[in-house]
Amino acid sequence: MKQTDDIIVELVNQSARVLDLGCGEGELLQRLADVKAVTGYGVERSQPRIKACLARGVNVVEHDINSGLDRFPTDSFDMVIMTETIQSINNPRTLVREMLRIGEECVVSFPNFAYWQCRNQLFWGGKMPVSSHLPHEWYNTPNIHLCTIDDFDRLCAEENIRVIARYVFNQRGRESLLVRAFRNFFGMTAFYRLGRPV
Amino acid sequence: MTSNREELPTPEAGSVGDVSPEIACFDTDLSLENGGKLPGFSLVYETYGTLNESRSNAVLICHALSGHHHAAGYGELNGNRTLGWWDNCIGPGKPIDTNRFFVIALNNIGGCHGSTGPTTMDQRTGKPYGPDFPQVTVKDWVHTQALFADHLHIDTFAAIIGGSLGGMQAMQWAIDYPARIRNALLIACAPSLSAQNIAFNKIARHAIETDRHFFDGRFLDASQNPADGLGTARMLGHVTYLSAEGMAEKFGEERGQSAEGDIRNVVREVTSYLQHNGKKFAGAFDANTYLLMTHALDQFAPARQFDNDLTEAFKQAMARFFVVSFSTDWRFSPERSREIVDALIAAGRDVSYAEVESISGHDSFLLPIKRYHDILSAYMSHIADELGS
Repeated sequence: MKQTDDIIVELVNQSARVLDLGCGEGELLQRLADVKAVTGYGVERSQPRIKACLARGVNVVEHDINSGLDRFPTDSFDMVIMTETIQSINNPRTLVREMLRIGEECVVSFPNFAYWQCRNQLFWGGKMPVSSHLPHEWYNTPNIHLCTIDDFDRLCAEENIRVIARYVFNQRGRESLLVRAFRNFFGMTAFYRLGRPV
Repeated sequence: MTSNREELPTPEAGSVGDVSPEIACFDTDLSLENGGKLPGFSLVYETYGTLNESRSNAVLICHALSGHHHAAGYGELNGNRTLGWWDNCIGPGKPIDTNRFFVIALNNIGGCHGSTGPTTMDQRTGKPYGPDFPQVTVKDWVHTQALFADHLHIDTFAAIIGGSLGGMQAMQWAIDYPARIRNALLIACAPSLSAQNIAFNKIARHAIETDRHFFDGRFLDASQNPADGLGTARMLGHVTYLSAEGMAEKFGEERGQSAEGDIRNVVREVTSYLQHNGKKFAGAFDANTYLLMTHALDQFAPARQFDNDLTEAFKQAMARFFVVSFSTDWRFSPERSREIVDALIAAGRDVSYAEVESISGHDSFLLPIKRYHDILSAYMSHIADELGS
């Protein structure tokens, strides 16, 4: 999502060491390299995406995040990024812990399952929500751990994770007044900047 | 660790066509890492493609244990017209695209395909060096390759590429000559040999050294060849380059256990395959070179100079790295490649890594596996795009 990428490019420090989990085709890492001269690595398991990263000269390591992140040493990165991926991970709770072990800070973004259109489809339509935002049918979705903004807030509280910043966007990618007032209802995408427990 | 492919498949994409080797001679003394010395040396090599005006598109191919300078196209080797050992990967439109790169392949010193080695005449004695050829190391090869690059007036390689022992040379290049290599492609490689690797090499050498025609390495003086020992070494090596799955498929193990098949067919096929392979190799390769190459492999450990810290070793490097492993390679397993990748990341070097699914074991690096060639193409095209070639 362009808005979340913009925020990341803004907040990452010059020459930082960045790990992007589920880096896709490497667009974000390329921007970070161009704008912030980061030393960045993507982690990806999809073969076509790995090839796309190689073709644009972005560092990519073939690895399945579900098999764990043990090989990445503690404190080895300034920033660990995971955009629109956490909902498809086997164990999101462990993963967030791991991200904050490896990196000093991390950013996470995910689709808000309590977004009003999702609620609409479930409540009035009686079916699992399918939209441009969550494009899969229930039987073929990779999203096995969908959550809401309130759910994620609770996880952070339970884990004692410091929420440095939170941004919530509507379908136009804006933080409108409505979104600010009722984020768990009008927010389509949530973006968190997280730090270690103090 | 290349395997000599027997059949001559017709080139798929473009071929570099007919090629002939050239020789570069160096007449200054060469001091070697282990203390030995050579009074000059020569390197036999082939080139494919055209060097651009800025001399920036050169790619060096480093060969593995039994490889040589004839990497692509058709050329004479041991008196036969032979297709290069990596022809499926080097050529116009192929992953290492000779329309865009100037590709150089050479035979390392200590080899037996034309560069100075144990079969070369020692000027001082008038006889072949044989066992008196000094032990060389990966570092020595890289040193001679750098002298060779000077000779061709190539300051910086766009990429240095190798599989297996060849990948080790590319790795050493990045550490020893950081400013002269922009990209290092380390394929089916390891940062050092495992105890198991060393054991296999020891058994191979034992087979050669105990052959009654070995004569302590002076078999050429006696007009003999320790063919049984060398053949056994090759058979052993060859099996370690394959995988259990790959062999099952090749020799129809499943078929052998079914009603209409017979396990005796499998025995017969495996036996004849291995014997043919060993015999063919023993007729074309020098036993002293085999010993020397396996010793060089055993000794390889670029971290040693840096307190056994591979990360420290890679901090010397400036190149971008691309590391590729193969799922069923148990000789240099994916785990060993990941060690390289982890150390490179810790050192803050640019690195990409892919593990290619294949049933062909270590030998996969020589095969035209679709995904393997796809990712090589993607990586190499980006290099060429950057060069504007």
